[in-house]
Amino acid sequence: MSDLLSNPGIEIRDAQRELTEFRFRLAFLAGFVLLMFVILAVRFAHLQITRHEHYDTLAEANRISILPVTPSRGVITDRSGVVLARNYSAHTLEITPGRAGNVETVIEALSGIVEITPRDLRRFNKLREESKRFESLPIRTRLSDEEIARFAANRFRFPGVEIKARLYRQYPQGELFSHVIGHIGRINQKDVEQIEENGEDANYRGTDYIGKLGLERSYERVLHGVTGVEQVEIDSGGRAVRTLSSTPPASGANLSLNIDAKLQEMIYRTFGNRRGALVAIEPATGGVLAFVSKPGFDPNLFVDGIDPQSWNELNTSPDKPMVNRALAGTYPPGSTFKPFMALAALTYGKRTPQQAISDPGFFQFGNHRFRDDAEFGHGSVDMYKSIVVSCDTYYYMLANDLGIDAISRFMATFGFGSRSGIDLTGEVEGILPSQEWKQKRFKQKWYAGETVSIGIGQGYNSYTPLQLASAVATIANDGVMFRPHVVNQIEDLRNGTRTPVEPKPLRTLALDPQHIQIIKNAMVGVNKEGTSASVFAGAEYVSAGKTGTAQVIAIKQGEKYVESRTKEQFRDHALFIAYAPADNPKIALAVIVENAGFGARAAAPIARQVFDYYLLGKLPAKPAGEDGG
Amino acid sequence: MVWYLRRLGRMLTANIDGPLLGAVLLLMATGLVVLYSASNSSWPRVSAQMMNMCVALIVMWVFANIPPHVLMRLAPAVFVVGVALLIAVAVAGDVSKGARRWLNLGITRIQPSELMKIAVPLMLAWYFHRYEKSLGLRNFALAALLLLIPVGLIARQPDLGTAVLILAGGGYVLFLAGLPWKVIGALAAAALASLPFAWTMMHDYQRQRILTLVNPMEDPLGKGYHTIQSTIAVGSGGVSGKGWMNGTQTHLDFIPERTTDFIFAVYSEEFGLIGNLLLLVMFILVISRGFVIAGNAPSLFARLLAGAVTLTFFTYAFVNMGMVSGILPVVGVPLPLVSYGGTSLVSLCLGFGILMSISKHRKLVQT
Repeated sequence: MSDLLSNPGIEIRDAQRELTEFRFRLAFLAGFVLLMFVILAVRFAHLQITRHEHYDTLAEANRISILPVTPSRGVITDRSGVVLARNYSAHTLEITPGRAGNVETVIEALSGIVEITPRDLRRFNKLREESKRFESLPIRTRLSDEEIARFAANRFRFPGVEIKARLYRQYPQGELFSHVIGHIGRINQKDVEQIEENGEDANYRGTDYIGKLGLERSYERVLHGVTGVEQVEIDSGGRAVRTLSSTPPASGANLSLNIDAKLQEMIYRTFGNRRGALVAIEPATGGVLAFVSKPGFDPNLFVDGIDPQSWNELNTSPDKPMVNRALAGTYPPGSTFKPFMALAALTYGKRTPQQAISDPGFFQFGNHRFRDDAEFGHGSVDMYKSIVVSCDTYYYMLANDLGIDAISRFMATFGFGSRSGIDLTGEVEGILPSQEWKQKRFKQKWYAGETVSIGIGQGYNSYTPLQLASAVATIANDGVMFRPHVVNQIEDLRNGTRTPVEPKPLRTLALDPQHIQIIKNAMVGVNKEGTSASVFAGAEYVSAGKTGTAQVIAIKQGEKYVESRTKEQFRDHALFIAYAPADNPKIALAVIVENAGFGARAAAPIARQVFDYYLLGKLPAKPAGEDGG
Repeated sequence: MVWYLRRLGRMLTANIDGPLLGAVLLLMATGLVVLYSASNSSWPRVSAQMMNMCVALIVMWVFANIPPHVLMRLAPAVFVVGVALLIAVAVAGDVSKGARRWLNLGITRIQPSELMKIAVPLMLAWYFHRYEKSLGLRNFALAALLLLIPVGLIARQPDLGTAVLILAGGGYVLFLAGLPWKVIGALAAAALASLPFAWTMMHDYQRQRILTLVNPMEDPLGKGYHTIQSTIAVGSGGVSGKGWMNGTQTHLDFIPERTTDFIFAVYSEEFGLIGNLLLLVMFILVISRGFVIAGNAPSLFARLLAGAVTLTFFTYAFVNMGMVSGILPVVGVPLPLVSYGGTSLVSLCLGFGILMSISKHRKLVQT
């Protein structure tokens, strides 16, 4: 200020010039400001007018998501409505590894809120190995309300972790129906390929599970239902905020089976600790009344991916619980093959019913001696007696006379060596020996001596219990063969229609009814005065059957099989085929009890109890298998 | 009684610049309206911001009543303290998100770079005012050095956004103080020539931000996400907007930082191009009032300070809107007076208080 006073004229002029310069520069900057704002305005106009449509589309795409709505899977019940597979709604805690950051840390933090067992963890880790990074995987299932509340309060701490309400599959009968119902499991890469091949990808969007085994697999298409669609508004986290429109899903169809759960359970119990299989069929329809393979497994373990430990246990168990013995286990039929051999003899005119042989206790073929069970033979044996007492010599000779070609041609008509076409997956063909088969399998020609033991159901013969049951049902049904089927009825919930699975006659065998009658009579004789007479003593119905014993190890020439000296797993299998009532068969069955020895002792009593229950409604007091102690 | 009240009122409002206050309040009100929508109708958020505004307005009133010459006397001290704090940060600052920006004073953590936003223009204005009589190139060189010390320290933290804003604030002072046009031309040429060099000097994340600006789709879920979503919000707003509370990008959580740095995306989506132009007009109101005050300021110090405060305000607004609409890289700059946040409001209103003080103390000094 003092300077200003000392030389006011110059200073003021200077100050004026300075101010003008300042104002000029200020104006310059004002122009700059305006220019920048014009640039902004142009940018806004570009985005909001020129490109508006584009960004509007993007915003809509951001906002609207089409979500699949998974249909609820069909329920499976037994013939009287007992539930075998059902759904229940439960909350799961799911982690999307791709969004959750360090999964191990997240799980550790989560375990402070909900209980996570080592088994949950193992299962989760296995799932994680098998799936993609952005798949939502369950770490815990069946959360309690309290756990849900606790997680909800802490949810902000866990991006990529969500609670989902989901329908769960449950098999209330557990092990009992494991080999019938099978189980569902998470869709894997192989399933995806199959789904794509079938052109069903759209319908499986949103579905995490698919039938893996048993009915769950073979009826997958009906059980699955039709996936619905929901248009929802989502937020940036992908969470649905509000539904805009929806097409509801159509639930899968319900299945009701021919199987009687009580019968199934009774059979299961009757087997006791023994391994084996039983298939019971209604001869007139092919409906499967009981289908047991023992031991089974708990199918519930598989629904959300089995943990490695349980999986190992199931796979390394010497009892092989995962093998469906009824349709994938093959056994030599033993003497249960004899009625079919006899029928072949009649059909091909190789024997008359009355024609008798003299049984010395063995059949000499070249320098090989084929022994009979009875060391000194059964004396004079005709066809009836050959079946009733189960004379081996008769069938050694018969097989030799028929020849392998005739035997395999005839047995093929009964379904031996081919799949029955049952509505379950995993069925095997078994082995119906023939010249072609041996050439293909061993690149060797057939030796006539090999035919001899085929006659008593040994040698290369190897069939599933299902094939045996189907064959005996065909005899019971006078040569009319039906395709065995487990499912009786399919109930479509969309229109409420119930479609029965029509009995499907596979073929009518070209057999003389008289010949069939001869065989049937002989089989009645077996239960009345033959090998299983004691088992069926006092029955209020007439039944027909045939015992069998299948060798597990070959007995060396000149040696004798002594059960007590043979290790359990090398002991003979006990077999029995039967039907009842004899004059109007309602049920036919085949049963095998592994390593249980003579068929009449271990297998026939089970058949007796099945008949008692099925025909008379009687339940046994205690398991038959444990009778012998 | 009434007379006393009126007198008290006049005393309280004596140093308040009506037009400036009006424009500021208009922007604040707009901010509250947008904030209500951006926070999903969160009253706690809105009332917290109202509290921030009250505090900011009180700060404004206080500074409006501090005569410019008092500020001038304080300027060197404020600057020295600020630089000292910046050095302290560089030596012993807290690291947060990979950057050393905070200084822990035991009771509270402060970010000295915030202080520098006002300290730098204050210092430079003081410096030019002091050597007003004999301004030569040497003075400009020294002023540039004074400017580059804090800018360099802040850039090293690293906080390039703030460094550039402070550099701009100081640059305005230099320009308004009469930096010769020849020098300006030479500097511009040098700056262009050193661009490749600057590129290699930048941190990875800084380079990434610039790359993202060129092509946001390169990393749509990562670095480009902010830009993509905010651009979608602006573009989908169209001419008239989706309507208040109806922005889908906003309410479905697609806009990140939508109450703070990206609040303009919310505004733009809901009020469209018309709203955007209105907002530009509101900013122009504030800026032009600032220019008028600067143009009529009595001393060089006051002129430079008023000009710098006004232009800094403009820069913040421009950078923020440019960033949201995808023409500038993403830097942490709030939209002045609109974005949620107390610090920014207080420092802005402090600036407006200075403007008002300069505006009202004009006659006093001249007489």
